[in-house]
Amino acid sequence: MTRGQTIAAQGLARRARWRAPEIVFWVLAFAALLLPPGKHLLLNEVAILALFALSLDLILGYAGIISLGHAAFFGAGAYAAGLFCKLVTPDPLAGLVVGIAAGALLGLLTSFLVLRGSDLTRLMVTLGVALVLHEVANALPQWTGGADGLQGMVVGPLLGRFDFDLYGRTAYAYSLATLFVLFLLARCIVNSPFGLSLMAIRRNSLRASALGVPVNRRLVAVYTLAAAYAGAAGALLAQTTAYVSLEVLEFQRSADVLLALIIGGAGWLYGGLAGAIVFKILQDTLASNAPQFWMFWMGLFLVVLALVGRERLSGGMRGLLARVARR
Amino acid sequence: MLRREIAAIAALALFSSAAAAQDTAKIGLILPMTGQQASTGKQIDAAVKLYQAQHGSTVAGKKVEVILKDDTSVPDVTKRLAQELVVNDKVAILAGFGITPSAMATAPIATQAKVPEVVMAAGTSSITEASPFIVRTSFTLAQSSVPMAEWAIKNGIKKVVTMVSDYGPGIDAEKSFSDKFKADGGTIVENLRVPLRSPDFAPVLQKAADAKADALFVFVPSGAGAQFVKQFVERGLDKSGMKLIATGDVTDDDQLNGMGDVVMGVINAHNYSASHDSALNKAYVEAFKKANGGLRPNFMSVGGYDGMHLIYEALKKTNGSTDGEKLIAAMKGMAWESPRGPISIDPDTRDIIQNIYIRKVDKVNGELYNVEFATIPNVKDPVKAAKK
Amino acid sequence: MATILFDGVAYGMLLFVLACGLAVTLGLMNFVNLAHGAFAMAGGYATVLLMDRAGWPFLACLPAAFIVAAAIGLVLERTLYRHMYGRSPLDQVLFSIGLVFMAVALTDYLLGSSQRNIMLPDWLQGRREILGVNVGIYRSFLIVLCGALAIGLQAGLMRTRFGSRLRAAVDDARVARGLGIPVATVFAATFAVGSGLAGLGGALGVELLGLDPYFPLKFMIYFLIVVTVGGTSGVMGPFVASLLLGIADVAGKYYLSSALGGFVIYVVLIVVLALRPNGLFARAR
Repeated sequence: MTRGQTIAAQGLARRARWRAPEIVFWVLAFAALLLPPGKHLLLNEVAILALFALSLDLILGYAGIISLGHAAFFGAGAYAAGLFCKLVTPDPLAGLVVGIAAGALLGLLTSFLVLRGSDLTRLMVTLGVALVLHEVANALPQWTGGADGLQGMVVGPLLGRFDFDLYGRTAYAYSLATLFVLFLLARCIVNSPFGLSLMAIRRNSLRASALGVPVNRRLVAVYTLAAAYAGAAGALLAQTTAYVSLEVLEFQRSADVLLALIIGGAGWLYGGLAGAIVFKILQDTLASNAPQFWMFWMGLFLVVLALVGRERLSGGMRGLLARVARR
Repeated sequence: MLRREIAAIAALALFSSAAAAQDTAKIGLILPMTGQQASTGKQIDAAVKLYQAQHGSTVAGKKVEVILKDDTSVPDVTKRLAQELVVNDKVAILAGFGITPSAMATAPIATQAKVPEVVMAAGTSSITEASPFIVRTSFTLAQSSVPMAEWAIKNGIKKVVTMVSDYGPGIDAEKSFSDKFKADGGTIVENLRVPLRSPDFAPVLQKAADAKADALFVFVPSGAGAQFVKQFVERGLDKSGMKLIATGDVTDDDQLNGMGDVVMGVINAHNYSASHDSALNKAYVEAFKKANGGLRPNFMSVGGYDGMHLIYEALKKTNGSTDGEKLIAAMKGMAWESPRGPISIDPDTRDIIQNIYIRKVDKVNGELYNVEFATIPNVKDPVKAAKK
Repeated sequence: MATILFDGVAYGMLLFVLACGLAVTLGLMNFVNLAHGAFAMAGGYATVLLMDRAGWPFLACLPAAFIVAAAIGLVLERTLYRHMYGRSPLDQVLFSIGLVFMAVALTDYLLGSSQRNIMLPDWLQGRREILGVNVGIYRSFLIVLCGALAIGLQAGLMRTRFGSRLRAAVDDARVARGLGIPVATVFAATFAVGSGLAGLGGALGVELLGLDPYFPLKFMIYFLIVVTVGGTSGVMGPFVASLLLGIADVAGKYYLSSALGGFVIYVVLIVVLALRPNGLFARAR
């Protein structure tokens, strides 16, 4: 190994090292399983949104592709898992794999659309794809149940043993475990040479290609990967609620995940997770205290956050983590 | 950050489970309070509040507490809220449900937890079949459409074009109207559907105009009605000799007076009009307006009002027991006088049986109302009746 | 056939007036203002309230709608928006979506969530035969008014001193400032005019599109489509895009079944952007 390669390898290894706050984070997340029942349903939604935001982070934070139609893959995963459950087998894990595959396939097929163009163009193309898919799902009621939603899903017990109960504990455990596994994978990927090449593309794609990075191929790969993650999130939602409606493809869903990711900060894997926690819990708290007026407070929060500067917020959080880690 | 969050959650969970007292009967009211369906949510919420103000909040020795949640019409949120209400707040009854998918998504919860689900708005026929714990106090689209078809045939309308919003209730309306109309010897020239979110009705109206039928039968959800009627008139279809017949959603009382004189003369069939001629209704409309700054109650509001009545009466019958099966048994077959007229709960289907009125939009004391001129008594949901 | 074309053009014209302000802020000033529809809503509600409560005639409400929306736009630009220029687009998304949420919740709270309607004067109602085509009078009115606006805007942007100052300020704010152009004032004025036009569009659109507190969210996508498909080279691009979308939407719903008709405009969007990523009329950079 040359000296340069050694340094590079060391750098990668340093990036990949686990830090104390990360471990605390995951221990706490799993410890929440032991809480008395009551909040697991909300936590389940948080975990699903977190996975969805993680998926968006892979393309937005690491490859610089902004998307306002990420719900397309979420919805594809949800419908695939739902139909698979109804038509083939109720086993959730098999359905999850199908959901992931559906997301990935759609991601691969549509990835060529986001290879060129400005941020605005990509924003609109992704949005367009999601809207077309929404209309397609609406136009095929014999498959999707149309606007009434896909009914009659009976999801089997997890691993053949754990039923999805009313309290949502199984659901949360399932979603959290999936999130954790996929997070580990994402962590490996972004800290690999592949991940570094993505960041090079985000900063300057021309220079990256001059360095010999196959830009388009890398973008297709990461877009497909992110779509697979979104498909997984969709499948989790379909299985833990045993229901799929057109809302999974709704513009609102794409906007929510983008907001969550922006709140948490794009470009670090915990950004999506932190954003999902803040966004969901804030929304739930506001909505239960002011069912008619919560949107106002949510809006105020976003405006203030934007004006104060969220870099300051997430940057501060990251700085804090770094300082704790150094100790 | 997260640690604090989790501590807060733990504290909340402990608190809420300790607060579940024995002498209250809680009702989880899940409605769209924000989003496109917000006006539905507000009408029902107002009616529920009015009912409690008029009848007190204690029944059969139990204090009835209503917990309002906003589901923004997103079905997975509805389902989660329902689950939380059952698990955390230990509600005895779930109620509300603005749109069909919300009611459907919650059905498994009702079955699993044995908690009655009182549907106060959503109107697709099949909802009550999704769980033996679902009871409906609103209406089904077929209930309004079939009487409209009967009336049309009897009044010399032979050829009809239908136009409905492209989703569950719309398809119910289209199918039940067309089947009845054809069975009675009429001809359906064309079945048109518009996307649920169609900002401009021009293209379908042009299609309807080109079809040259005696009448156009329409269902669009309340809210889109005004625009539709205006464009109908703007296109000159009213003068082309084509009659406009509709379900009452199109001429929703909530907005009717703001639609302007263009809606005068529209014939429609529905379960409730604010101008329904009964002492009970006059008192209801007056009290409702007084409590809500002049807002006129619409057919959604009576769904909420009667839903509360049903819950109160069921609790009386069970002597305050909140056992789900007992409550459902008590609700089956219950009959009473509502502001909309006499209604009852079908003991077989748990769906509502009510009079359907044929109405014509007209001016009463300077305001536009749906004026009832014919009554079809005790209409059962025709879709489920046909299945037997 | 001709009637469908006519309806599509009228619809497109309306979209143009609603979206052209966004074409300037997003296209020229590079500000992602998702709250654009809120200004349209302000104009719409100003019209409804003035007609309902103060009994103003419809035509008098149109300038009022413009002024109300422009005033709100000016105030917000001076107090909030100007802090967001030059920030990352993600911050701007967060900020403007936040504004939309607040506007929606406030309107809902103050004015109720039902659809609002207006009563057009008699002379704008009904239909008439023009050149053998049976057309709606209000739609003809829309076409004439919006067409005039489009021509006026293009001329204003290209021919007047203010237009050249704006273009200079947009291209390079620092150099423009060095040349003595009051960049901040130019931006504020532009923003106000853009908001005012949205307000006017909102007022004109009540009759066709309806008006409820969720208007800004419902139509946000349409505005964005107009701007991206049109490209960011001034107002002609969005104008052509609006017409294209209006016609495609109406014709799609007429000739195809409802199921397919709904997504014609989205397919148009994807195809145009796949072929011309910077829109139909891209600005040379």
